[in-house]
Amino acid sequence: MIQQSSTSAAQAGGVAAPPPTGTVRLTINGQQHTLQIAPWTTLLDALREYVHLTGTKKGCDHGQCGACTVLVNGKRINSCLSLAVMHEDHDITTIEGLGSQENLHPLQQAFIDHDAFQCGYCTPGQICSAQGLINEGRAHTEEEIKEHMSGNLCRCGAYAGILNAVKEVVDAKSSEPRR
Amino acid sequence: MSTTNYIGKPTSRVDGPAKVTGAATYAAEFHVPNMAYGWVVSSPIAKGRITKVHADEVLAIPGVLEVFSHENVPGLAWFDRNYKDDVAPGGSPFRPLHEDKIKFNQQPIALVVAETLELARYASSVLRIDYEEEAHETDIEAKRDEGFEPGRGKSGWMPPPPPRGNPDKAWEEAEHHIEHEYVHGAQHHNPMEMYGATVEWRGDKKLTVYDKTQGVVNVQNYLTKIFGLSKDDCRVINQYMGGGFGSGLRPQYSVFLAVLASLELKRSVRVTLTRQQMFSFGHRPHTLQYVKLGTNPDGTLAAIQHHALHETSQFEEYTENVVNWSGMLYQCENVKLGYQLAKLDVFTPQDMRAPGAATGSFALEVAMDEMAAAAGIDPIDFRIRNYAEEDQNAGKPFSSKRLRDCYHQGAAKFGWEKRNPQPRSMRKGNRLVGYGMAGGVWDATQKKAAAKATLTADGKLQVSSATADIGTGTYTIMTQIAAETLGLPLEAVTFKLGDTDMPEAPVQGGSWTAASVGSAVKSVCEAIGEKLLKLAQKMEGSPLKGASPDEVEFVNGQIRLSNNPNEAVVIRDVLQASGETRLETDTSATPNLLKQATHSMHSHNAVFVEVEVDEEFGTVHVTRVLNAVAAGRILNPKTARSQVLGSIVWGISMALMEETIMDHQFGRYMNHNYSEYHIPVQADINDIEVLFVEEEDDVVNPLGVKGVGEIGLLGVAAAITNAVYHATGKRVRDLPIYLDKLL
Repeated sequence: MIQQSSTSAAQAGGVAAPPPTGTVRLTINGQQHTLQIAPWTTLLDALREYVHLTGTKKGCDHGQCGACTVLVNGKRINSCLSLAVMHEDHDITTIEGLGSQENLHPLQQAFIDHDAFQCGYCTPGQICSAQGLINEGRAHTEEEIKEHMSGNLCRCGAYAGILNAVKEVVDAKSSEPRR
Repeated sequence: MSTTNYIGKPTSRVDGPAKVTGAATYAAEFHVPNMAYGWVVSSPIAKGRITKVHADEVLAIPGVLEVFSHENVPGLAWFDRNYKDDVAPGGSPFRPLHEDKIKFNQQPIALVVAETLELARYASSVLRIDYEEEAHETDIEAKRDEGFEPGRGKSGWMPPPPPRGNPDKAWEEAEHHIEHEYVHGAQHHNPMEMYGATVEWRGDKKLTVYDKTQGVVNVQNYLTKIFGLSKDDCRVINQYMGGGFGSGLRPQYSVFLAVLASLELKRSVRVTLTRQQMFSFGHRPHTLQYVKLGTNPDGTLAAIQHHALHETSQFEEYTENVVNWSGMLYQCENVKLGYQLAKLDVFTPQDMRAPGAATGSFALEVAMDEMAAAAGIDPIDFRIRNYAEEDQNAGKPFSSKRLRDCYHQGAAKFGWEKRNPQPRSMRKGNRLVGYGMAGGVWDATQKKAAAKATLTADGKLQVSSATADIGTGTYTIMTQIAAETLGLPLEAVTFKLGDTDMPEAPVQGGSWTAASVGSAVKSVCEAIGEKLLKLAQKMEGSPLKGASPDEVEFVNGQIRLSNNPNEAVVIRDVLQASGETRLETDTSATPNLLKQATHSMHSHNAVFVEVEVDEEFGTVHVTRVLNAVAAGRILNPKTARSQVLGSIVWGISMALMEETIMDHQFGRYMNHNYSEYHIPVQADINDIEVLFVEEEDDVVNPLGVKGVGEIGLLGVAAAITNAVYHATGKRVRDLPIYLDKLL
């Protein structure tokens, strides 16, 4: 990405001021937030810089790494590829909404048990993605989980632990009705 | 059985709950009031000069606060030494926004600061900058004949030892000999978290700097020297780090720019890099290696020759130990090692996980496989025939070395005996199956480090040190060491790190944190223990009266006589009886140089790999990896295993995927994003496992640990390359092994 215009493409002095900010209302983890933001603010930046929910991570800002995965109406999305203004009527769930240190979500507990992370930076995205995967109801075998968790990069290489953690929770879910 | 024995137990990460809930706060996430945002503008050309920065145009946009560039940066420290960080190589460090010269593509040339992130980014996108381009050279192939021997390298770099024996004659006269070139391109660390810093302006030139770094002390030294700040006024904090792999050993320009803007604007500023800008600084250098091996009729090595040439920048001489390992991993009387650099118009390379060794061991261990095949010997048998009982480079015995057990135990567990030595002899459906192995060696190092411990009357212990946890498990192992040393439950112990207000520790690198900071934590807890014992002996009717520190043990919240565990006092009672509200002490641990000077101290590993190669498509699937590691005492098998598993993933990446590709016409890395810079995803990883070979060592440090952050990477890429050869009969000598190389 070359960020400058070259001299040949020079404009004759002055540049356009960006459009004004606007009011955006978001429902995040069951709470209402009213933000005054530029219309092109991504959902990711809105969460991190304006609501200060920094559990959602920025790893590339281009939809390539999955670190920014959140759940919108239960569906996993890359929040960096979506504008905040598009989600006014949606239920947004971030890692902070899944569980807390005192009351861990089963996936969060499984990630600790299986040492499914090292630096922890991709972890919220992995966990939200796994929850999205469970909601989709299409991952049952190890191969399916591996395929459908491949949108979330982990540079520490904790994939073995991540697979085992997700599998444990998927297996527990699928055995629930039989109990 | 006591319950407070934690060392060696697979303890879950103590920072786990914070990381899985999003509560762990990374550098660019601290919320400080009235913060401005900086956006870095990167050079689109590789060499030349900036003739004009049209700052006035963007400054006219409401909300844009300042455009920093060489045109307006205030006078800072003048001498190079002020810009040299603690781990800088020789040469003249890069100074951001210092001059109009452009020395490498993506060089930071301006910082646009605005009220919001969105505004700063927008303004930077319309900032016009005029350039005069000059011809650049970014291709090491063009510099093959211009290699030079570095004068002075960074700390830890050793020039190759002088030749021994008669390596040329021995190679010529060898029964079998091989010679080949081995190549890998540039690789970038790409930790998941981008570099960034939040600088909190506390008024009157007082700053709190939250920075992504592997060493807060190094960043503090760097900033105070450049900006003329006192250490008290420049506190640097980094409690969590979203991966480092060496990229955060040196201070990045993001923290320089954020501090510059904060001091000039007298307000808090955050600067975060983009993923594209993560390719604008240090990397594992593009390296050309030439290896010549020869064997005697009995399968022993007659000669080893290993030469390496890699890139550095025009302004610094980056060095790493690439070839030295080839003089110590195997027994050989005739050895010649060479090491040269070539200057290119790129940024200075930087240590990247097992720097030098990852590169050198790839070439040596593929060459060893080729040599074994040429001599008709099994690759493991070949290595055992040439086993080095002492370090011939240094002429010293190893403090411990259980590499032989790595070979034997690893081969047995992997099922090496099922390997048909003939290439292309094993199949599974339409896939060719190959087994390959390789190994490696890495330094066991202890650096000076300090720690502080505070025990309070409620029986809680807090220990701190200005070290880092880049995902390595520092928080957890230090908590284990402290809890076990003082016999306290894990829950009663808190370990804190990453703050320059804490006792000094070295950067987290070189696999030395467990040894260095671990020794300091053990030492400071022992000092608290001695204070406790003295207080306990003052208690009325104390059963510990007259006992010396080595006659008591700290177990299960008690101090008790080692030879009579029933004679004990409860630690919490000691503090309460004494009337002291807290016991506090700090201490540092330094390596026992006298003991260490007579030994060569290293960790070792052997890696076994199974690949399946689709014959028609050339696709390589790494179906199984077993990494047998001898690295001294393993403090926490759970977190240590994760480090080695991560290294296996890195090795798969290095062998099959990773390469930063330069378009030499532009002198620019073209695949500078996660979509085109390939690293493994979940679906690429199959059955990977770690085997720790037990190893005792009382020379390396009081804990007997050697560190596991890097050793696991060694040999992985070579073992995969060797397995691909075994599967296909095709020998690839330039990484990564793209499928077209097998068609």
